[in-house]
Amino acid sequence: MSLSRKSFLQTSALASASLMMPKFLKAFEGGAGKAFVPPGNKVLVVLQLSGGNDGLNTIIPVTNDIYYKQRKQLGIEKSKAISLTDEVGIHPELKTIADLYHSGGAAILNSVGYPNPDRSHFRSMDIWHSASESKEYINTGWLGRYLDAQCSGCDKPTQALEIDDVLSLALKGKEEKGLAFKDPQKLFKSSQLNYFKELNSAHENHEEAPVDYLYKTMASTLSSASYIYKQSNLHPTKTVYPKSQLGTSLKTIASLIFSDINTTVYYVSVGSFDTHVNQLGQQQRLFKEINDALASFVKDLKDNNRFDDVLLMTFSEFGRRVAQNASGGTDHGTANNMMFLGGGLKQKGLLNAMPNLSNLQDGDLKHEVDFKDVYATVLNKWLGANDATILNKQFNYMNFV
Amino acid sequence: MALSLQVKNQHLLNRAGFGITGFEISSLSKIKTKKLLEELVNNSNQKFEAFDVADISIKNLIMGVGEDTNMGTLKKNDLEQADRVKIREQSREDLKTLNYKWLDEMAQSKAVLREKMSFFWHGHFACRDVNIIYQQQLLQEIRFNALGNFKDLLFAVSKNASMLSFLNNQQNRKQKPNENFAREVLELFTMGRGNYTEKDVKEAARAFTGWGYNFKGEFTLRKQFHDDGEKTFLGQTGNFTGEDVLNIILQQKQTAIYLTQKIYKFFINDQLDDKNIQWLANRFYKNNYNIGSLLKDIYTSDWFYNDKNVGCKIKSPVELIVGLRKTLNIKMDEPQRQLVIQNALGQVLFYPPNVAGWPGGTNWIDSSTLMFRLQLPRIIKENEEISISTKADDDIEMGMMEKKKLKLAKNRFSGFNISASIDWKSYIAQFDNVQRPLLLEALKTAIVPKVGNKIKNEVIEKEADNSTRASYIKTVTIALMSSPEYQMC
Repeated sequence: MSLSRKSFLQTSALASASLMMPKFLKAFEGGAGKAFVPPGNKVLVVLQLSGGNDGLNTIIPVTNDIYYKQRKQLGIEKSKAISLTDEVGIHPELKTIADLYHSGGAAILNSVGYPNPDRSHFRSMDIWHSASESKEYINTGWLGRYLDAQCSGCDKPTQALEIDDVLSLALKGKEEKGLAFKDPQKLFKSSQLNYFKELNSAHENHEEAPVDYLYKTMASTLSSASYIYKQSNLHPTKTVYPKSQLGTSLKTIASLIFSDINTTVYYVSVGSFDTHVNQLGQQQRLFKEINDALASFVKDLKDNNRFDDVLLMTFSEFGRRVAQNASGGTDHGTANNMMFLGGGLKQKGLLNAMPNLSNLQDGDLKHEVDFKDVYATVLNKWLGANDATILNKQFNYMNFV
Repeated sequence: MALSLQVKNQHLLNRAGFGITGFEISSLSKIKTKKLLEELVNNSNQKFEAFDVADISIKNLIMGVGEDTNMGTLKKNDLEQADRVKIREQSREDLKTLNYKWLDEMAQSKAVLREKMSFFWHGHFACRDVNIIYQQQLLQEIRFNALGNFKDLLFAVSKNASMLSFLNNQQNRKQKPNENFAREVLELFTMGRGNYTEKDVKEAARAFTGWGYNFKGEFTLRKQFHDDGEKTFLGQTGNFTGEDVLNIILQQKQTAIYLTQKIYKFFINDQLDDKNIQWLANRFYKNNYNIGSLLKDIYTSDWFYNDKNVGCKIKSPVELIVGLRKTLNIKMDEPQRQLVIQNALGQVLFYPPNVAGWPGGTNWIDSSTLMFRLQLPRIIKENEEISISTKADDDIEMGMMEKKKLKLAKNRFSGFNISASIDWKSYIAQFDNVQRPLLLEALKTAIVPKVGNKIKNEVIEKEADNSTRASYIKTVTIALMSSPEYQMC
């Protein structure tokens, strides 16, 4: 975006707060609270369900006898699930997603996983974050490498932001790394210490000393922090969000989407879905948090005409076993479903068949789709990036975007 | 440019240990580097005690298994489900204790060479397993063999219950071999990728079939699962056992080269120097993998003290925490809070990211970790509240985080202090003989030797509280420790 356009936006943001606002600007704004940025700036929001979400109780095979036989206490009855099709229901708490499903704003992909699945949370999450094979150790993440490809030489790595105190591997590239923060204001305040600013401006990068990497990171953090803060105040959303952590995070994301920040990827996690014990209550509570936060987020995006530009994608490090355990829970499994929400989907509804419960591998679902195909599709078709470079291999494209 | 004696000594202490202690600064400009190294070696060759933090209840449960009772022999399967849960939960707690006990040792013990080398092996033989008894045994093997012979270390680690469990060798059976253990031994522990074939992995896995452990954590060879047939491994053929395979691996020069490369990267420079590595590896191999000799070769080499090798490494989080504690003689009133710092900075002892260990280097640094590093000295000095929530680790928490969060929300949990106290008195005394105009340079040399040369004095002076000599030393020290340069060693 050109400098003049940016300063124009800032001026107009000021103007809109005053009564002195010129008529032509009002016309341009098109109503109170509407976003300035024209449609077309595609954004990806990754929602990580940490801990291994039980996919079978998320997207439910409500006519499958095996499902109910294996889950005598945990199986969700057809009458309780929200119906998607005659054979498929969705968890009763996920009303927002059900509504989107019926209005063409949601897609569900079943049986996603990878060969030789690992049942350790940490390792499997690593595999999803780095987009590696099961036997491969890669120290960078798929979105970090996207950043490397998009942002070489740029001064602000704000193209990928995580709403968290700690940055995930997914957003760490070789050269560039995304930025993690919970609250733009807090981030800004912590970067405003004069001492850091002065150290930064007194430092001269001459001879490519190892410490220069730290100075480079510090400089880009300081400038990104004020940039993000400024942007987050440009068009703060007025929509009411639930007070939950996820609600607050999505509210921050919405405010940034409505600004003219250069961010294309937002990353946020919720959990823990590690439901070995008393699964019903725990999953229900988490889904309620997700559902309520999503309801506000989707409404907000639609009200501001940005729903078509946003693709929200969920994933979890693995699914859970088909059979329930003796403690009212489920243990670590393998393949799982992913959900895609947004107004720009080219294929909607159920993208493939429900998992085959009579063809299991040691009691676990077999994966039909490699998650790296999904990454390749999103990188290439949604973010317009060179997926083969980022993923170090050409994976198969799908058609949902 | 030749380094001053003090900077040379500090470089040695940074790399061979965890930096300078607050009460030795003034002596570092006098002692010869060779003499200093001798002291380090001597201090690290003393007898020492293994850690034992396991709760008595766990010991009773685990060590009771296999004992004769009047009810007959107690078997693992006789343990109640509740006991298993107890072992797991108590282990998690005890691992935290083991974590900060070890940090204490790194920060306070004189055997820094041993602890630093153990810290290296801890990352090299990366292992995630929650059983405190097995983990303690593994750490003990590492610390006892850290400076000894790599063969002893490799055998001990390979037969450790945590490692065998982590790498699935308990499931490696003649009828259905599991290659994980064999693969990682070759790829990560000894030879490195590209120096063996897939066939070698398969054959090694066959040799390791039947290797397992009992409930007490003792190594057992379960003969009924062992494949005693003929194997061809790295060009040799025989009815190899697991031990034979390890011995064949040690015969390979490549093993010495791979280990030397990794040690070079960890102790000297992320940029490898092939000539130096060749020389070191040749001697390491000839000395039958004596680790202490390899370190001596490094620390007595002129090139180790070359400009390009000084201040070029980014401290790992553990090195940063221990280094701060050492230099400022910090007393930790709430030692377990060091785990939150480790977590926020991306390195928690006993929880490596995967079997490849912590990647190190610039991987430590992103916006969040860097800003937290830069603020940490001030947070400790001022006992400021930090509010940071680290990511849940479900391998550790087993989904319990959710419950804790609910509890925390009720208590309106907003942050905590690190609760540590700095022993300023003995630190400040180190500079008693320094004239006032030379004080800033002396502090710079002590805190950011060589790399700090470029920090502009006026930037530091602005942070200084000039009201007393003591307050000047305090504020300047904290300012220097809050710089990017201090992250280097």
